[in-house]
Amino acid sequence: MSVIKNKTFKQLLWVGMGSIAMFFAGLTSAYIVRKAEGNWTDFILPEWFWYSTLTIVLSSALLFVVKYKIKKNQSVSALLFSVFVLGLLFAYSQLNGWKELVSQGVFLTGEGSNVAGSFLYVITLSHLAHLIGGLVALLITVINAMKGRYSAVNYLGVELASIYWHFLSVLWIYLFCFLKYL
Amino acid sequence: MSDHHKETFITKYIFCQDHKMIAKQFLITGMLMAVVGMLMSAIFRVQLANPGETSILYNLLPGSWLNEAGVLNPDKYLALVTMHGTILVFWVLTAGLSGTFANFLIPLQIGARDMASGFLNMLSYWFFFVATVVLVSSIYVESGPASSGWTIYPPLSALPQAIPGSGTGMTLWLVSITLFVVGSLLGGLNYIVTILNLRTKGMSMQRLPLTIWAILFTAILGVLSFPVLLSCGLLLIFDRSFGTSFYLSDIIINGEMLHNTGGSPILFEHLFWFLGHPEVYIILLPALGIVSEVISVNSRKPIFGYKAMVGALMLIAFLSFIVWGHHMFMTGMNPFLGSVFTFTTLLIAIPSAIKVFNYLATLWRANIRFTPAMLFAIGTVSAFITGGLTGLILGDSALDINVHDTYFVVGHFHIVMGLSAIYGMFAGVYHWFPKMYGRMMNKHLGYLHFWGTFICAYGVFFPMHFLGLAGLPRRYYTNSAFPMFDGLSDINSIITFFALAGAVVQTIFLFNFFYSIFKGTKATQNPWKSNTLEWTTPIERIHGNWPGEIPSVHRWPYDYSKPGADEDFIPQTVPLKEGEKEH
Repeated sequence: MSVIKNKTFKQLLWVGMGSIAMFFAGLTSAYIVRKAEGNWTDFILPEWFWYSTLTIVLSSALLFVVKYKIKKNQSVSALLFSVFVLGLLFAYSQLNGWKELVSQGVFLTGEGSNVAGSFLYVITLSHLAHLIGGLVALLITVINAMKGRYSAVNYLGVELASIYWHFLSVLWIYLFCFLKYL
Repeated sequence: MSDHHKETFITKYIFCQDHKMIAKQFLITGMLMAVVGMLMSAIFRVQLANPGETSILYNLLPGSWLNEAGVLNPDKYLALVTMHGTILVFWVLTAGLSGTFANFLIPLQIGARDMASGFLNMLSYWFFFVATVVLVSSIYVESGPASSGWTIYPPLSALPQAIPGSGTGMTLWLVSITLFVVGSLLGGLNYIVTILNLRTKGMSMQRLPLTIWAILFTAILGVLSFPVLLSCGLLLIFDRSFGTSFYLSDIIINGEMLHNTGGSPILFEHLFWFLGHPEVYIILLPALGIVSEVISVNSRKPIFGYKAMVGALMLIAFLSFIVWGHHMFMTGMNPFLGSVFTFTTLLIAIPSAIKVFNYLATLWRANIRFTPAMLFAIGTVSAFITGGLTGLILGDSALDINVHDTYFVVGHFHIVMGLSAIYGMFAGVYHWFPKMYGRMMNKHLGYLHFWGTFICAYGVFFPMHFLGLAGLPRRYYTNSAFPMFDGLSDINSIITFFALAGAVVQTIFLFNFFYSIFKGTKATQNPWKSNTLEWTTPIERIHGNWPGEIPSVHRWPYDYSKPGADEDFIPQTVPLKEGEKEH
C-alpha cells in the first residue's frame, strides 16, 4: 500500500509541477510576443541574480547529499537546515537584485517604467512566490528530521520537498537564461 | 476491507471527503448556477424582443439595474451577458459537468475506494464554492458585476474607470475566477493520478470505460491550460491595480491621457485563448465520454471502434492547443498565420468525424432502448454534428471574417458546445441518478423534458444563424436602433419565445430530480443492465464503495450482445470462459 501511496504523491507533485511550468510558459511566451512588438527598454540583469543562481544550485546539490545520507540512515537535519538557509539567502539575493534594478532606473510600474521592467519583476516575483512554498516544505522536513521521523525506508517527505526544490532550481536557471540571453 | 466509518452530519454532507458526496455537491451547486445563468439569459432575451419596455422578469433584478421607467439599463444588459457566459462556461459546464462526473465515476468505474487524495478533492469543491459566493456577491455591488464579456478583454477589464462593471465587479470576477482555477487544478491533479494509479486488478488502460478516458484527457487539458489563464489574469491584475502596461497603451479616458505606453491588448487575447480553446474541449470531452457509455449500454452493442475513440480523444486534446488563433482572425493577424490556424482548426474535423461515425455505427441496427438518457445522448451527437458544420465555416479565416462577432457565432458555439455538453450532462444525470440516489427518475417526465428542450433549443439557436448572416452583431443592447435590422425583429421575438419556453421546460427536470431523490421508485442493483463496475456496488452509499474486496476485472466494458453468451451483457467482473476471446 505504501508503495502505491508514495508513487501517488510523487505523481501528484509531478502533475502539479507541470501545471506550474505552464504558468511560467505563459509568462515567458507573453514576454517574447510583447518584446517582438517593440517599445522595449533593454535592461542589465542585476549582479545579485548571479548570486541567486549560485545559491539555488548549491542548495539543490546539497539535497543530493541529503538523499545519499538518509539512505544510509544518517542524520540529515543539519544538512536540511542549511538547504533551508540557502533558500532564505536566495530570497535575500532576489530582494537585492530588485534594489539594483531600481537604482538602474528599471521599475515595476509608474510613469518612468517600461513593460520590459514590469515583466522582469512579475516573472521573478512569481518564482519567489513559488519558492516560499518550497521553503515551507523544507522547514517541515527540518522539523521532522530533528524529531527523527525519517529513516532509510521512510523518507517520502524529504523526497517530495527535494523534487519540488530541484524543480524550482531548474525553473530559476531557465528564467535566468531566458532573461539574460533572450 | 471497507473504508466505511461513522459519519456525522458535517463529515457526511459538508466537509465530506467521499468522492460520491463531493460529486453531488458539484452537481447541486452547478444546477443552482445553471438556474441563475438561465434566468439571466431569459431576462436579456426579453430586452432584445421588447426593447424599451418593462417586464415582470425584471423584478428579479436589483432596482438600480433599471431606469425610472422600469427598463433595463444598457450597461446592465452587458453585465447580464457577461455573467451568463461566465456562469455557463465555467460554473455549469466545467465544474458542474467535470466536477460531478469525474468525481462520481472515476473511483467507481476503475475500482478504487476513493480518489488518490480525498482531502485535495474536498478542497477542490470548497475553492469552487467560495468562488461561487464571490461571483454571486458581485451581482449586488453598487456598480454592478463585470460587464466586458466573459472573455474580459482589456482595456475594459484593465481600467477600473472604463465602464461601471470595470470597477469592483471586475475585481470580484478576477478573485472568483482565480479561486475557481485553483479548485479546478486541485481536482484535475487528483483525477489524473487516481486514474493512473488506483485501478483495480485487471483494469488495464485498454479496459477503461470511455468515460474515464474522456475525463483523463479533460483533466490533462485543464492542468496544462488553466495555469496560462492564471498568468494572463496576473498580468491583468498588475495593469488594473498597480499601473503596469502589459495590455494598455495610449489611452485617453474622460479627457485624461493615461501614462501607459507600449502595452498590447492582443497579447491578452493570445494568452486568454490559449486557455479559451482547450476550455471548449474541457467542456465537451466529458460529455462525449458520457455519451459513449450511454449509447453503448442502451444500444446493447459494443461501442464501435473503441481504440479509434480513444485515439480521436487524444488527437482532439492535442489539436485544441494549437488552434487558439481562430478566435483572433480579426485582430490584424498576418494572413499566413491565419491560414496556419485555419489548417489546424479544420484538422479537428477529422477526429470529430471519427467520433460521430463511431456513434452512428454503434446505433446502426442496434436494439435501441430509448431511455431519457439515451435520447439526450443521441441529442448530443445531433447537436455536435449541427454545430460542427458551422464550425467549418468559422474555422476558415476567409469565411469567418464575414460573420465575425455576429449572431452566427452565437448560434454556432451554443449548439456545438452549449447544447452538446448540457445534453451530455443531462444524459449523465438520467443514467447515473439511480447510482447517486438509489432511486429512479420518472421516465415520462424525462421524455417531456427532452423533447421540450430539444425543440426550444433549436428554436433559439437555429434562427440565430440567419440573424448572423444578415449581419446582426452580438452583444448589442438593442437591435431597434438600426433601421437596417428592423426586418429582423420578428426573428428576435421568436427566439425569445423559445428561450422562455425552454426555461419553463427545465422546471420539469428540476421537479423530477428533486422529487425523485425522495419519492422516486427504488432502484435495483443494475437497472440498465450495464457492464461497468459502478453497478456492482451496493445500492446504499458507503464510503469505500465496496463492502468487501474490490472486485477484479476480466474483460473490457463493452461486452454487449456477445455471441454465445447467456445474456446480452457480461459485467467486467465476470471471468472469461475457457476458450472465450476477449473481444
